[in-house]
Amino acid sequence: MVYEQPGSSDEFLNAAYAHFEISYPKFHKMDQLCKLGFLATEILLKGTGHSEKYGETETGLVLSNANSSLDVDLKYAKTIQTGASPALFVYTLPNIVIGEISIRWHFKGENAFFVFKQFDGNFIVKYVNGLFENKLIKNCICGWVDILKEDYRALLFLVETTDSENAMTFTAGNLNQLNQQEHG
Amino acid sequence: MDNLKEKLKVQVIERLNLKDLKPGDIGDDQPLFVEGIGLDSIDALELIVLLQQEYNIKLSNAEDGPRVFHSIRTMADYITANSGAVKVST
Repeated sequence: MVYEQPGSSDEFLNAAYAHFEISYPKFHKMDQLCKLGFLATEILLKGTGHSEKYGETETGLVLSNANSSLDVDLKYAKTIQTGASPALFVYTLPNIVIGEISIRWHFKGENAFFVFKQFDGNFIVKYVNGLFENKLIKNCICGWVDILKEDYRALLFLVETTDSENAMTFTAGNLNQLNQQEHG
Repeated sequence: MDNLKEKLKVQVIERLNLKDLKPGDIGDDQPLFVEGIGLDSIDALELIVLLQQEYNIKLSNAEDGPRVFHSIRTMADYITANSGAVKVST
């Protein structure tokens, strides 16, 4: 447990941003999906020296979820009646979270966003291994980032070719098992 | 006019989610874009919507944008010049 905060999803995300003392003003303009993915990546990469280890094109981003960008789609739809909000409209695609993470970390590598009914470790391992086998990336951030109103969840993995302490083998079984554990 | 500028600062901060800023942090003549408080092209669209919704003013010529949205003062000048009577709640 690195952080716990009761309250709404909005309150949690903003409180977590403050808790981890992140200074990135654009965070406040992001939709909830981007905030969630942004924060999960911050926690995943904090203290790893990731930026020093890899070049800008060497990191892949492969994310997935079940609700696409529906959370902000619904909010945007409400604004149409009184005057559509351009700031909301720009987030009405799920892969924008990849863009926000990439801007923050200067990633310019391969990326993809998939919408599944549920977490699919088999697909993630197959797709990410394909990127490695084709020598398109040297490491990859992959997993699940999903939010719809008060139901939110992020489960991210950093996949590297070098062994490190506490690392586990990148297999579908391990990913699915972790997903089950984290899902309670 | 001073009331209008202060109201605009509050509206810009709220509309653009500039939560790290307070109205007093924005100078009347400080550029709103790039080297100023760092607004971007999406923010410019939001400011156009703000003018329409809050002041019933439609920016008729897009080329006027950079001049109108240069600073809080230029926005206030444009609103004053393009509305018969600006109602400012205090």
